[in-house]
Amino acid sequence: MSMDLTAIPLLSLILWLPVVGALLLFFVRKESTIKLIALATMLLDFVVSLGLLLNWSNTGDMQFVEKLLWIPPLNISYHLGVDGISLFLVLLTTLLGPIVVLYSWHNIKNNLRAFMVLLLVQQTGIVGVFTSLDLILFFIFWEFTLIPMYFLIGRWGGQRRVYAAVKFFLYTMAGSALMLVVILLLYWQTGSFDWIELQQTPLDPTVQTWAFLAFALAFAIKVPLFPFHTWLPDAHVEAPTAGSVILAGVLLKMGIYGFLRFCLPLFPDATLRFAPWIAGLALAGILYGALVALVQKDVKSLVAYSSIAHLGFVMLGVVSLNQQGLAGAVLQSVNHGLSTGALFLMVGMIYDRRHTRLLTEFGGLWKQIPIYSALLLVVVMASVGLPGLNGFVGEFTILVGAFKANRLWAVLGTVGVIFAAWYLLAAVRGMLQGPLDNPANQKLQDLSAREIWVLVPLILLFFLIGLFPNLFLDKINPAVETLLHGMNAAAQISFLP
Amino acid sequence: MLNYSWLILLFPAVGALFNAFWGRRLGPRLVKLVANAAVLASFVVAVLMAISLQALPASAHGQFELTLWPWIHSGDFRVDLAMLIDPLSVVMALVITGVGFVIHLYAAEYMKLDDEHQPLDDRRYARFFVYLNFFILMMLTLVLANNFLQMYVGWEGVGLASYLLIGFWFHKPSAADAGKKAFIVNRVGDFGLALAIMWLFFLLGRDAGSLAFNDIFHALDGATLAVKSALGGVTLLLLLAATGKSAQIPLFVWLPDAMEGPTPVSALIHAATMVTAGVYMIARTHPLFELAPGTMTIVAWIGAITALMAASIAMVQTDLKRILAYSTISQLGYMFLAVGVGAYAAGIFHLTTHALYKALLFLAAGSVMHALHGELNIDLMGGLKAKMPRTYWQFLIGAAALAGFPLLAGFWSKDEILYFTFQQNKALYAIGLGTAFLTAFYSFRAVFRAFAGKPRDQHLYEHAHEQSQGMVAPLWVLAFGAVFAGLIGIPAAVGGLFGLEESHMLEQWLHPVFADVSLPSLPVVWELSLLAGSSLVALLGIYLAYARYVQQAGWTLFLQRLFTPLQSLLEHKYYVDELYTAVIVNPLRTLATFFYRFSDQTLIEGIVNGLGRVTMVVGGGVARLQSGMVGLYALSVLVGVVGLLALMFLVG
Repeated sequence: MSMDLTAIPLLSLILWLPVVGALLLFFVRKESTIKLIALATMLLDFVVSLGLLLNWSNTGDMQFVEKLLWIPPLNISYHLGVDGISLFLVLLTTLLGPIVVLYSWHNIKNNLRAFMVLLLVQQTGIVGVFTSLDLILFFIFWEFTLIPMYFLIGRWGGQRRVYAAVKFFLYTMAGSALMLVVILLLYWQTGSFDWIELQQTPLDPTVQTWAFLAFALAFAIKVPLFPFHTWLPDAHVEAPTAGSVILAGVLLKMGIYGFLRFCLPLFPDATLRFAPWIAGLALAGILYGALVALVQKDVKSLVAYSSIAHLGFVMLGVVSLNQQGLAGAVLQSVNHGLSTGALFLMVGMIYDRRHTRLLTEFGGLWKQIPIYSALLLVVVMASVGLPGLNGFVGEFTILVGAFKANRLWAVLGTVGVIFAAWYLLAAVRGMLQGPLDNPANQKLQDLSAREIWVLVPLILLFFLIGLFPNLFLDKINPAVETLLHGMNAAAQISFLP
Repeated sequence: MLNYSWLILLFPAVGALFNAFWGRRLGPRLVKLVANAAVLASFVVAVLMAISLQALPASAHGQFELTLWPWIHSGDFRVDLAMLIDPLSVVMALVITGVGFVIHLYAAEYMKLDDEHQPLDDRRYARFFVYLNFFILMMLTLVLANNFLQMYVGWEGVGLASYLLIGFWFHKPSAADAGKKAFIVNRVGDFGLALAIMWLFFLLGRDAGSLAFNDIFHALDGATLAVKSALGGVTLLLLLAATGKSAQIPLFVWLPDAMEGPTPVSALIHAATMVTAGVYMIARTHPLFELAPGTMTIVAWIGAITALMAASIAMVQTDLKRILAYSTISQLGYMFLAVGVGAYAAGIFHLTTHALYKALLFLAAGSVMHALHGELNIDLMGGLKAKMPRTYWQFLIGAAALAGFPLLAGFWSKDEILYFTFQQNKALYAIGLGTAFLTAFYSFRAVFRAFAGKPRDQHLYEHAHEQSQGMVAPLWVLAFGAVFAGLIGIPAAVGGLFGLEESHMLEQWLHPVFADVSLPSLPVVWELSLLAGSSLVALLGIYLAYARYVQQAGWTLFLQRLFTPLQSLLEHKYYVDELYTAVIVNPLRTLATFFYRFSDQTLIEGIVNGLGRVTMVVGGGVARLQSGMVGLYALSVLVGVVGLLALMFLVG
């Protein structure tokens, strides 16, 4: 592609467009106009973010870098950039934006404007997290993302929404409080908040240990890593569908991203030291999440627990600390966003119709709503990790990395693959198969065109990533190489990826 | 031509997609036309592949690789999607598309009715053919893959097709459960395959950065002793995968339940093709197994014991399709026995003949099932010969081939397995021969109970009628194969007697693939004696079935009484399902419930809530939220952050 976009501050555009859209919403009153503006803003933001791909160069460096000194006395800057690790997370965020707006077209009954404003500013917060290269800037965006989600759950959620929202808020707050302390500690030690400068300043192993632990706690709660996960099922079950999609799709990825962007390059020695422990928790999460998913009666909490298992895989890849593990983790983060996002959308679609999510309420839906059922099957298969679809590529690449790091990790991780089939097919069995004997299900309407279009982009991506993963890995690989080289150079303990 | 081999995959892919999107609107006529044409086109490509393969120069070692596109590249891990076209994959492709096409033809008629014998709606008719074409695509992907990971794509892909087709009548809980069970049990096997692939990559693939069969086997030449000894573990994992897909001990439990699928599915997937994938995989990866003699012994014993066990269960089943299902498990056992003693070509030979006669038997059973409105219990049949003469002949030919009736297809291929087994291990040979006796008995028990004698259920009998030409005609192709397919594998000793120049064409065709394997041979006298022995055993088995079920001779009743204590054990299929439920499934579910109820909702929650008195804050927060000041708490965070920054700014 020859179009030159380097002159435009593309990242800033992607970052602030949603806020502009949100401000516009305050000047309109008609609900249909509000929806149109929100959708148009999201779509525009997505199209603009595709500009990143047009001018992408397959190197491991930060690209589209913007740097402005913001608070000179403290050396805090407005410093943005993307590399192969954050690129697809940004694109995933901007892709899910229009999808959740379109999904929420008819089912937000009260205060639509506030809902759309929150979705829009949420997106700015998340893109900010994925692109900030200054720790203070990062921290502000990190904390900011809590607020819209808190309101989305607390205002538009289910029956126990207030409990779930506060729990979500406090858990993540508790995690990040220590992170702020450590960011200040780092500044005190090095005189910089800048990610690039910090990387070039070796830290004392003791400082690294404490810094790592504080950051890791914040990120582990966000992922969530076992046993910090108990906020997640509540938040997911109570959140409105759009909230669940964003939560599972991208908010959780902030935790993964935090490990990749900060813990690994800034504290390489501490990372090496704690990697086996984190791997243990990741594996526990894979098996535990899968088993607990098996006995859920509510489909949404089944999907929530499946997320814990899936993100265990991603974390296993991260702490494998080698090319395949890390590249697989980045790709699988995106995959999980797509397939679990789609799962939540589909659970939402059935909830909109039946106002229940209990497995026992369903059965035999395939007969009544075949399009829904066929699409759900595809989404389930992506989540199960069927080869040819996206989940397999990420999962297998991670397992190759894990095998390289420690065979036992790979063995236990692969056991999790068996369980994934078990709980998801049990859900299919309960919802779609069997006799259509509940009268309430005998009048169900199949998916509308709008609902199908909400799912189509995700399903196309399942196949694109599953069959042509190199389109993505080409961009992820160099960044992972750079990360590993940097860690190798900085680590005081000998380290060979 | 070989450069266009990808067409063999394209046709069924297009067929499946086409019918998935437009099938319901186009109606059954076009659906079946598209689906059948797709498989026929693939068959033509397979034939052309076979012809082109012979034209390759000697330097090609009889194989041709075609890269489709780079697939997963990350660091030293590089896997492409590519096809390996060699004599083995072409034989498999011919069986899959050839038998597949005949079964598609039959299914086009058969699937006009649903499981309750009502006309099937257009949507489900189209759906069936989407699944069936998808299965062909995945099965071809499995056998034509040039590397382990792509084989895994096909391996799980056929598993999905099998899951969907077993559960095709998904409104029946038994069908839905059977599909789920098949998928999960197979995933246990896939666990082995996935780990084996990772392990192989680190043992042998890393230098070449590849998982291609050729690269991995090439790396064996310079492999260290440590690597070679690790192959014992790798091959055991591969074996686990093979026992899943090919329904061998310990993972055979899904196949009998899989009979819930429509009969063409049983014939295509659960008899002729998919279940042979394990045998194919061991043959394909034989350079690894050759270096792991311990695993080879286990393969042979698993095969022999499975063959015997399944045949013994088949003797007491009364459901016609279940008899055939256990028979399939048993025959797959023979194939395992073959590859376990290193007779790979013999295994593929039996795979080919079995595909023909077992598909024939299943489809003939399907005709019976249609005629009797879904009834499959042979105790309620009898005398059907008069009502369905053509189906009777078809079933009889299939049963005779299965029983190893001299000169029919199954006779030659089974005998070849026994011939090589005899030279390696007399105990295995004895089991194989004993199983052959049981096989002959149970096949003819089915024939006699269903077709001979007097009708035992007059009402059923009166409704029975021969099936339409659309269903009956295709079976003659399979019947022809069941009679004559053995000719491609006549042993040299017999060929010599008749002055044949070319004996065992299949073995010669496969020679480039198994050139590295040498097998001992016996003097001609021995070989002929073994042939005579097998013939005698087959005839004895058939005679026993005749004496018991047609003549109803007194001594056979006495014999049956003698075995009564075993009857219940066999009818309960050795209680394996019950064992797995008690030892694996239930404990895991209990553990899961314990995790959820206790550790998740009590322990972790308790600890976390206790820590820092979060509980109190939550309580306070809730109270404030309920009093309407929803945003206060959240906003305070933002204020805090901004305030902190301001403070730093001032201090700085």
